[in-house]
Amino acid sequence: MNPGARTWLDRAWRGLLLGLMTLFVVNVGFMIAAVATSSFARRWLGTWLPDGWTVTWYTSAWKEFQLDWVLWVTVEVVFAVVGLALLIGVPAAYTLARRNFVGKKALMLLFLLPLMVPPITYGIPLATVLYKAQLAGTIYGVILANLIPAAPFVILVMTPFIEQIDPNLESAARVFGASTARMFWHVLVPLLAPGILAASLLVLVRTIALFELTFLTAGPDSQTLVVALYYAVFAAGVRAPQSVDAMAMIYMGVTLVWLLIALRFVNPTQLVSRVKEQPLTV
Amino acid sequence: MTTSGAVARAPFDRSLLLIVPAAAFMLLLFVYPFLYGLALSFEPKEGGALGNYRHFFTTDNLWPTIWTTLRLALPATLINVGIGLPIAYKMRVKTRYQRWVTTLLVVPITLGTVLIAEGMLTYFGPRGWLSQTLQVLHIYDGPIRLTHNYWGVLISLVISGFPFAFLLILSYITGIDPVLSRAASTLGANPAAQFRHIYLPLLAPGLAMCFCLAFVQAFSVFPSAVLLGSPAGPTRVISIAAYEAAFEQYDYSLASAIAMIMGFVQLAVVAAVLGLRNFFYRGPVTGGKG
Amino acid sequence: MKHDFQELKLDRVTRRFAGAGGNAFAALNELTLTIRRGEFIALLGPSGCGKSTALNCIAGLLPLSGGNIWLDDERIDTLPPERRGFGMVFQNYALFPHMSVERNVGFGLRMRGVRAADVAPRVARALKLVQLVGQEHKLPGQLSGGQQQRVAIARAIVIEPPLILMDEPLSNLDAKLRLETRSEIRRIHRELGRSTVYVTHDQDEALSLADRIVVMKDGVVQQIASPQEVYTQPANLAVARFMGYRNVLELGIERQDGDRVVLSRDDIRLAGVRKQPLSGGSACVAIRPEELTVDAGADAANSIVGRVDNIEYGGRDSLVAVTTRSGVLLHVRSHVPVAIGQEVRVHVPVERALVYPQGGSA
Repeated sequence: MNPGARTWLDRAWRGLLLGLMTLFVVNVGFMIAAVATSSFARRWLGTWLPDGWTVTWYTSAWKEFQLDWVLWVTVEVVFAVVGLALLIGVPAAYTLARRNFVGKKALMLLFLLPLMVPPITYGIPLATVLYKAQLAGTIYGVILANLIPAAPFVILVMTPFIEQIDPNLESAARVFGASTARMFWHVLVPLLAPGILAASLLVLVRTIALFELTFLTAGPDSQTLVVALYYAVFAAGVRAPQSVDAMAMIYMGVTLVWLLIALRFVNPTQLVSRVKEQPLTV
Repeated sequence: MTTSGAVARAPFDRSLLLIVPAAAFMLLLFVYPFLYGLALSFEPKEGGALGNYRHFFTTDNLWPTIWTTLRLALPATLINVGIGLPIAYKMRVKTRYQRWVTTLLVVPITLGTVLIAEGMLTYFGPRGWLSQTLQVLHIYDGPIRLTHNYWGVLISLVISGFPFAFLLILSYITGIDPVLSRAASTLGANPAAQFRHIYLPLLAPGLAMCFCLAFVQAFSVFPSAVLLGSPAGPTRVISIAAYEAAFEQYDYSLASAIAMIMGFVQLAVVAAVLGLRNFFYRGPVTGGKG
Repeated sequence: MKHDFQELKLDRVTRRFAGAGGNAFAALNELTLTIRRGEFIALLGPSGCGKSTALNCIAGLLPLSGGNIWLDDERIDTLPPERRGFGMVFQNYALFPHMSVERNVGFGLRMRGVRAADVAPRVARALKLVQLVGQEHKLPGQLSGGQQQRVAIARAIVIEPPLILMDEPLSNLDAKLRLETRSEIRRIHRELGRSTVYVTHDQDEALSLADRIVVMKDGVVQQIASPQEVYTQPANLAVARFMGYRNVLELGIERQDGDRVVLSRDDIRLAGVRKQPLSGGSACVAIRPEELTVDAGADAANSIVGRVDNIEYGGRDSLVAVTTRSGVLLHVRSHVPVAIGQEVRVHVPVERALVYPQGGSA
């Protein structure tokens, strides 16, 4: 924007920032590449590149870690969480966006809390309660646990979406004779479809990667992929690291596929930012 | 909207019921366990109501975990926010470059802590590529020791925390009307002065919030500390202590107590940071149009 | 940084943007203008005409794609905005929300290193000039739109700049406030005697405030002249349309005699004055609604016959829609009361029927 010469100090500063960014991106990139290389390596002991290449680690990891079962559990958990989160989240978001009532602020805080408090902190008491309810170790417990951060996230994403829809549209529908249910179905849902899609993809990606809650509540046959990966790494001393890396690649593949799909529809910032994509008033 | 009827009282708005499932769910699965855990923490296996807490602060492998965790979380957060700010500031103009960078940075976040831990063990390990590169370039002799110690955990906290802090700060920065810095430049402020007098004061509340969120995330570090650290000693973080109490000793009461202490420490730091922010401006950040 | 100057010269100033499909389009095309000391210049035109671009180029907020800007004999288009020393009032005021009125107004002085002891009296003087004494400690969010606007003006003038730039400062105010503040701006300009470049799309503002008006369209200057001249003698059809010449009739040229032209089509026959060289067989005649008079007299020369179709009562006059037998619609501002359906004869003085070539920037 400035017509005018750049000082060398300015240039040095820009160079430093660019350097840091590059360092970060390059190292993370190579880190991922290292895992990928190792997963395809026959033997790799301290040399630049492995001795030979093979894909047998993938098949052995698949069998060893029972990945077919784990993937199925992951699919069940993730889709259940997305569905339930939408089911309870979207109506709540509608109410928050359109109505004012006593205790609204308190409710909003209640919904925001699980996103502010880290999973471990509320996961431990939650695991205790689930244990008492005899849900711990079952897939239902895992679904419920993962739902806790998911539903508020849906509310957080959907509320500004709904606010953006002109309330006059609803009034117009009513004036033309639509009941609330019909108005919802024919007017609101189609308009909300992009928001619902965005929210679903965001919850999906986040739930796949969410470790702590599943870790605390899962039993041996209700582990999601990320928890199974953890255990594999944990016991890595006994197993060949390459099979663990193969599993890590499978996990990464699953995540990346959904991430790429999600990025087609949402802005990257929404994946992590806990604030709305709008100018803020703090 | 509910019409305030001229004569009759407004009928109960049934659409308010839409919020009941979500509220009930939250109360049941978030508030209740929390309160239950709190109550449970005061019912230890032995000792009076404060037995768990006393036990925590007198056991040698328990109370130092607070300091150990702070030793990891605070530097990591300072690095993440401190480097995230200048880079986000440079990136505030919405260009294609910016979109690429934000997309690239989102990847480590979504991959998650476990994958990063495994990746680090391979890449940052004593026989990994980084070690070999440094040796070839004669920057360092011998295998590097960046895994299974404090540094490994710290680096993993930066890898997973920096993108988050960066993206959050970026969203705050882009919320500040750029016309303000243009106005400042016509009044004689060079780019450095624009940052110091316009952006920084307006960002201060958001930065404080970002620091708190990033800190809370870092303070709860768990899988990295186990996989990349040495959980028995230098990186025995408080979440490990809680986990052990719950799932190895089956002492849910103690585990709840540790979880409460953990929450309390986080709250204390957050309160301190937010208290500091009260020295700065707290009003709207859009250019003054009433 | 000069505190005064004799001339600000814009020499073929051009600003290009990359448009859709990768083609560069010129938002501002070869603007050439000399602003004299103390002059009030209005940049007038519809949205997208390049007036705000021109202002931002003068301020230094946009680099030039071509041309130069000279302040007397010093070339300034290579300077960043913070070194040009011009004061600028933004459309949305751009008041710093975290600073009080006092600190907002004093910001420019502090940036220039003026001593704190000198800042306060100068700020007080500026606030007195815009009649905002007593509001020093308020935050912008606590002020009304009109007050914020005055703070923005005070902030721009306190640094005593040689040139003040204003970007549609009144567009966000309601009608009544707009009129009041417009008078304020004129008064302040007279008191300070600083040169001002004022961007607006409102021709009333431009006419009442400016010493000279620069009418722009699609990045190109259409006319630079005094308000009287732009109002009564627009240089081309685009300016005429913009300045309120609502009646534009496409007629065939019968004959030309020097500047006088006689045109006709169907049942309309008019004589007018040519403003630009004409070619081809037809031309456009532009007439202001106020300059069409409803005459009952049958001997009225240079007139058109038609029927009253619609009347919009306006108090001291009415806007009457008159349709000729051939279907041409005329807008007439009439003091004479008429009735719907009435046959009338509307008359225009020959000098006030302005003739332009056809197809000239419609």
